[in-house]
Amino acid sequence: MSDQLELRLSGSGGQGLITAGIILAEAAIRDQKNAIQTQSYGPEARGGASKAEVIISNEAIDFPKVTIPNMTFALTQVAANKYISDVSKDGTVIVDDSIELPEGIVAKHIYKLPIIEAARNDVGKEIVANIIALGVIVELTKIVTKESLEAAIMARIPKGTETLNQMALQKGYELANQSK
Amino acid sequence: MSKVIKFLQGNEACVEGALMAGMRFYSGYPITPSTEIAELSSEKLPKVGGKFIQMEDEIAGIAAAIGASLTGKKAMTATSGPGFSLKQENIGYATIAEIPLVVVNVQRGGPSTGLPTSPGQGDVMQAKWGTHGDHPVICLTPDSVKETFDLTIRAFNLAEKYRTPVILLTDEITGHMREKIEIPDVSELEIYNRIVPEAGDDYKAYHVDDGDIVPKMAPFGGGFRYHVTGLMHDETGFPSNSTQNADVLIKRLMGKIEDNKEDIITYEAYETEDAEYLILSYGGTARTAKAAVKKLRAEGIKVGLFRLITVWPFPEEQVRALSEQVKDILVAELNFGQIKLEVERVVKGNANVRLCGKANGEILTPEELIKAFKEVL
Repeated sequence: MSDQLELRLSGSGGQGLITAGIILAEAAIRDQKNAIQTQSYGPEARGGASKAEVIISNEAIDFPKVTIPNMTFALTQVAANKYISDVSKDGTVIVDDSIELPEGIVAKHIYKLPIIEAARNDVGKEIVANIIALGVIVELTKIVTKESLEAAIMARIPKGTETLNQMALQKGYELANQSK
Repeated sequence: MSKVIKFLQGNEACVEGALMAGMRFYSGYPITPSTEIAELSSEKLPKVGGKFIQMEDEIAGIAAAIGASLTGKKAMTATSGPGFSLKQENIGYATIAEIPLVVVNVQRGGPSTGLPTSPGQGDVMQAKWGTHGDHPVICLTPDSVKETFDLTIRAFNLAEKYRTPVILLTDEITGHMREKIEIPDVSELEIYNRIVPEAGDDYKAYHVDDGDIVPKMAPFGGGFRYHVTGLMHDETGFPSNSTQNADVLIKRLMGKIEDNKEDIITYEAYETEDAEYLILSYGGTARTAKAAVKKLRAEGIKVGLFRLITVWPFPEEQVRALSEQVKDILVAELNFGQIKLEVERVVKGNANVRLCGKANGEILTPEELIKAFKEVL
């Protein structure tokens, strides 16, 4: 079980975090690993707090839910309050810089990055915050290869949005590199 | 021999399996957490010459599928708890009229509208006893995305072979979880199609020919004239109040499933060979159980997992045999002991039977299950 990586992405319904979770898992499969993705959300289609969980492993994955995440990620305050604090002590927390971290959170690395702002102002569309997030996460944690990530993104996004998403991904890498 | 690797939800895998099994008709009424089955069916069925209809409610959803199946199409409907309740009467109708059909119930937290987006396993007894009267039931339950694919195909095959509705009882865990799945080529699959009669004048819609398990099924409207009813009927299909006739019919309906249990029942026995203790589970919860068994085995405890794949008919003989070998059976399920009751009935006191269950919308964790297990040590 030690080589098993458990990740949790959270935000508000409609921000695309479940899609981001799917893309991460698909990238892991492209890396010849096993992956499983689960989610939880409320009855509402937009808003609320939603989370996507991804487990990546070289072996069969029995229990499908994350227990002690190696990485937690949040785009909104509500999601951060609910979903990031149980991160493993030697794990990583990544949040949008608009978020005030919950008290007492312990992790090896904690990053606060202007993800939503970069989506809105640098890329020009807030909807790609999830792709920026993927760039940030993969650049900081190397949980999947960049080749697989890019291939998985391109396979999931709507046709005609390739350039926009490529820009967002590069922006994610850039934000991560600036914070190192 | 083209193998395709996909990353799918259980609900999506259900549709892929249904299409490969030959589903050409879907009717239903969308309900969380089964909606993806309707959504994907609506997208894919027209591309293979099939039909998708969103009906006005759950009752019409199953009724239209029954009608389509009568005309010769392989039909499916999918729902969750509240919708499963509404479909019960027509499940009975399809049972007595012997109409092949696959009914998927992606279980959520109940009762009533309960917890729409959370898992539950509170419908296992409803799957058996939800419709009134004595009746046989075939009910299958998968624990993974791949098995959802496989069991959907098997559900169609069994429905066609035994001319009966088959309930595919999944849950929000396997329905919404995404996993890697290798989709086989259709040529590698065993697909069963109902036996249809040859043209002729002497067709009796409910007469079983020698060597057959069920009556040959003429596509309704295809030239054969016959009658279909939920009333007790004779071999012609017309209603009959004769107690003698009713006795023959109900015994045949029960017998066609009971006598073929060996063909219908499948299960997984994991690390049971030298087991002194047993965890029994099914569906999404069985994954928790397998993780727990692996951890307990690593501690040197001789525990095995018996996983129901066919819930109904219940694998009585297999569970009874294990109960003579183990000291304790811990049943793990997301309800207050529905299958535990069945296990108790079957083991007849051979082994202690305990429950690790809950129904609050959370799934059981391996830690919870291990803690409950260790109370016996």
